[in-house]
Amino acid sequence: MRAYLPAYELKAPGNLPAALALLEREPDAWRPMAGGTDLMVLLEADKLPHKKFISLWRLSELRGIEVTLEYVTLGALTTYTQVQAHPILQQEFPLLCQAARETGGIATQNRGTLGGNIVNASPAADSPPALLAYDAQLELVSARSSRWVPYQGFHTGYKQIILRPEELVRRIRLPRAKRAWRQYYRKVGTRKAQAISKVCFAGAAELQGETIRDIRIALGSVAPTVLRCVRTETLLRAEKPSPAAIAAAKNALAQEIAPIDDMRSTAKYRLRVAQNLLEEFLRQLRA
Amino acid sequence: MADGAGKVEIACTVNGERRRFRAYPMARLLDVLREDLRLTGTKEGCGEGECGACTVWIDGEIVNSCLVPVLQVEGSQITTIEGIASGDQLHAVQEAFISCGGAQCGICTPGMVMAAVNLLERTPHPSEAEIRAWLAGNLCRCTGYMKILEAVVRACQAKGVRR
Repeated sequence: MRAYLPAYELKAPGNLPAALALLEREPDAWRPMAGGTDLMVLLEADKLPHKKFISLWRLSELRGIEVTLEYVTLGALTTYTQVQAHPILQQEFPLLCQAARETGGIATQNRGTLGGNIVNASPAADSPPALLAYDAQLELVSARSSRWVPYQGFHTGYKQIILRPEELVRRIRLPRAKRAWRQYYRKVGTRKAQAISKVCFAGAAELQGETIRDIRIALGSVAPTVLRCVRTETLLRAEKPSPAAIAAAKNALAQEIAPIDDMRSTAKYRLRVAQNLLEEFLRQLRA
Repeated sequence: MADGAGKVEIACTVNGERRRFRAYPMARLLDVLREDLRLTGTKEGCGEGECGACTVWIDGEIVNSCLVPVLQVEGSQITTIEGIASGDQLHAVQEAFISCGGAQCGICTPGMVMAAVNLLERTPHPSEAEIRAWLAGNLCRCTGYMKILEAVVRACQAKGVRR
């Protein structure tokens, strides 16, 4: 069943202030659309209940990648193709580059954006686990205010986010402090390319000798939101990745995630794979 | 059902020609190309961005035209399969698809050709792995892919390009 097109509105304001003014005037009436790679799928299936959209695609204020000593800051409209092509991201943020490379095919990577991926809030999205592992921060702007918030905590429940109706995600900021950390990313799907995750895992660890000084563990497709597993991280801090520590961490992970059966996989398979990926990550820290 | 704001005027360049038309802003670029501009070479496969049959170029980049609301192409340069040959002279990739048997039912072929030509314009010397990765978003249910891969490899050679 195809959507009834005359029922939909799509406006393309010429600049960010105009877009924010529209959101401010009629909050809840308008929703943002970036590259359309998720929303247009729903439209064609006639499952797009919201009817009024603001196209952000041409807003230059939401584009560009800026590098300073402390941060790499990406415009919310940065596409997966642009992520992969950036030399600093390639060197220091390989998890994000790999997530971008494994999201859809080239055509999707040319249109899909990080901001869209974040706000679409799918628990199966591929870039958010990498963003969580890097302690990403988001700049949320409205006509009247601007605030930076940690990405961790942005998703409060299935498809629930802290973004207010009059706000847009403008930029994503990645601290460069983890460039020396050991990093690991693996997406498990039905096929090698163009698959939606059954489980997606991003990990980063700072070692002091053989001991884990600090660690980040984030997963997709194992809970109502993408999830940073802070309890498992806490258990591993100041430990060596010994077989006993790995076993304990796998048990903790099982308590922390809440995978379900759905069209792509089963809860049982997801739990097992999530634990195996954790083990693979931790074993690689020993090498 | 309440109507939205109605059709809007959109101007863009399609296969080198300036075009101006009225369309619903959320209409899929795919439908506008096929139904309003009568460029039916672009095919619809899945309609959800998985299969690549509807691949066209916007400003030189491949996209799934089923996922692009037409308002977003205002002012853009669009290239469709109709813009790949020069008159009666097929592109080397099209020739190679014919000679290698890279097309069977033909539904995926325009998208495959659009993706392959785009790759060769960026990377005239792609490795086999690069070709496979670039075409991963284009599905074919007939050929088993090997003849398509062969066609792209042959197109590189035909253009005097080494593998």
